Amino acid sequence: MSVSTELPTPVPQAQPPAAPRRRARGERGPALSALLHGLLTVASLIALFPVLWIAWISLGPDKTDYLHPGQIFDRMSLGNYGFVLQHTDFLTWFGNSMLVAIGTTVFAVLVAATTGYAVSRMRFPGHRQLMWTLLLTQMFPIAVVIVPMYTILSSLDLLDSYLGLILTYSGTIVPYCAWLMKGYFDTIPVEIDEAGRVDGLSPFGTFWRLIMPLARPGLAVAAFYSFLTAWAEVPFASTFMLSSDKYTLAVGLQSYISEHDAQWHLMAATSVLIALPAALFFYLVQKHLVTGLTAGAAKS
Amino acid sequence: MAVAVQGAPSQGSRDGEPRPGLVQRLKLSYSRHWYAYAMVAPVVVVLGVLVGYPLGRGIYLTLTNANSLNVGRQIGVNHIPDSFDFVGLHNYADVLWGPGSYDRFWSHLIWTVLWTVLCVTLHYSLGLGLAMLLNQKLRGRTTYRMLLILPWAVPTFVTVFSWRLMLSDSGVVNSALGFLHLPQPSWLSDPLASKAAAVIVNTWCGVPFMMVSLLGGLQSIPAELYEAAEMDGATPWQRFRYVTLPGLRTVSSTVVLLGVIWTFNQFAIIFLLLGNGSPDAQILVTWAYRLGFGQQPRAYAESATYGVLLLSILVVFTSFYRRWQVRTEENA
Repeated sequence: MSVSTELPTPVPQAQPPAAPRRRARGERGPALSALLHGLLTVASLIALFPVLWIAWISLGPDKTDYLHPGQIFDRMSLGNYGFVLQHTDFLTWFGNSMLVAIGTTVFAVLVAATTGYAVSRMRFPGHRQLMWTLLLTQMFPIAVVIVPMYTILSSLDLLDSYLGLILTYSGTIVPYCAWLMKGYFDTIPVEIDEAGRVDGLSPFGTFWRLIMPLARPGLAVAAFYSFLTAWAEVPFASTFMLSSDKYTLAVGLQSYISEHDAQWHLMAATSVLIALPAALFFYLVQKHLVTGLTAGAAKS
Repeated sequence: MAVAVQGAPSQGSRDGEPRPGLVQRLKLSYSRHWYAYAMVAPVVVVLGVLVGYPLGRGIYLTLTNANSLNVGRQIGVNHIPDSFDFVGLHNYADVLWGPGSYDRFWSHLIWTVLWTVLCVTLHYSLGLGLAMLLNQKLRGRTTYRMLLILPWAVPTFVTVFSWRLMLSDSGVVNSALGFLHLPQPSWLSDPLASKAAAVIVNTWCGVPFMMVSLLGGLQSIPAELYEAAEMDGATPWQRFRYVTLPGLRTVSSTVVLLGVIWTFNQFAIIFLLLGNGSPDAQILVTWAYRLGFGQQPRAYAESATYGVLLLSILVVFTSFYRRWQVRTEENA
């Protein structure tokens, strides 16, 4: 590390001009603290605004209310939610999406975990190639695979079926999750595996009984990523799900626009309802996100 | 890839032994590594069937003149077989230098590259900035962190829909701009403004991932390094340049590579935000989808040709990126 380079001091935080005494390391002046809080507040507002905005619009009873949001204040109602829940197929789509998303999450996380573990711990021939193949699949544009995928799903009789969609999603999700899990397993000391083997566990038992419980943060992040991707995916779902009682939410919402001639207030209410499970899932895993994600990136 | 963690369970050494025959080697390898193979088998099967085969078939389609009129399909009980012809590399030639290839391919390629560079730069710099703010000792840090990750947790089509309402011609963004006496472009149809809108929305969606990854990276840099740098009289900028950035190198190189790949293939945001309008703002992926699904007859072969070209661009980029990465690691 060379720090001898002569460089100007652009940021005044080293020596605040009005500092009456030398501050200990890590302490900040009040001005700097205010600046930090100010920046973070602005960023949080930007992050939050679109979400709050759509929640606000969803309360307005008229479809042009998004143009004059001030008027919503006087006639707020939950009428849109009532309409969506009672008079549309929302609940069917919601159930389908839930089924597909949970199925994908369970399958993809399991498969990604076994793959990640095998690559992290066992030096079998081809493990490097496998990891690169996984990265390669992330580069496939859907345009090149969607038509052939349609063909193969129809010949396997998996078109318009939940299982077909679950497998398709897993194909797109597993590669990243396997990278993530491999990175996380790399941070778990090998000695734990060895101890398990000495105590007479099979390799699979070691993985399942010792390593999986330790890998919870990584698993949480992988599950979050899988759930979110499967929950909100549009192109595959709209191509592969043909009958309207099998639509997932993303597809259902598309058909909504034409059917109801862009009823923005209903769309907004639906969107909020769709966002709720994802937000709940997010709330459950958010404390693991930082550790789980970085292990994957730092050790790859 | 790190090979630091040497697996204990199945580590074989063949040093000094004569090389056995192929069949025997396969047998040996199977008996030694069958646990590993059993564990990766599901991935290999699923990816092989659902990604490998479609890719092979997709590449084959690019060599034909397949479209929705001549591809085999099922109508009622009658099966109509494929009737398209093999045309060799004609599709590639047509896309790359056929008539109108600038409007059809090159202009989209330029915009795709520009889009990727812009978005990844914004994602990375904003993500790093916010991660550094969040890495300070600060009251309410967990709350800020949760609020800032939130955009990631909202399903894409919900956020995009919200942005569409906000960016519509007399929506809230234009009202605010009008209040400030600034020009009010029509974000969703004007060629330049719709590009800007797409970049803004994608940045909003993509920053949280970068931020969280980089925050974890920052937390893994030992505090002693900063102390030592401070003892040596390093200015804040120097600490950032010579401690923070090198400490983040491994995390950065991975997330930037993933960011480039994901942004280059970013389908949902442009497709949902701009729909089939504004042809100028379509990146190659959405353009290819439009050729394959958004028009009649559906040009499968041409769409797949775009896909294969996209894929090759990414493969070339990644191999150069890896090489560059290895070189900088050696120099460091």
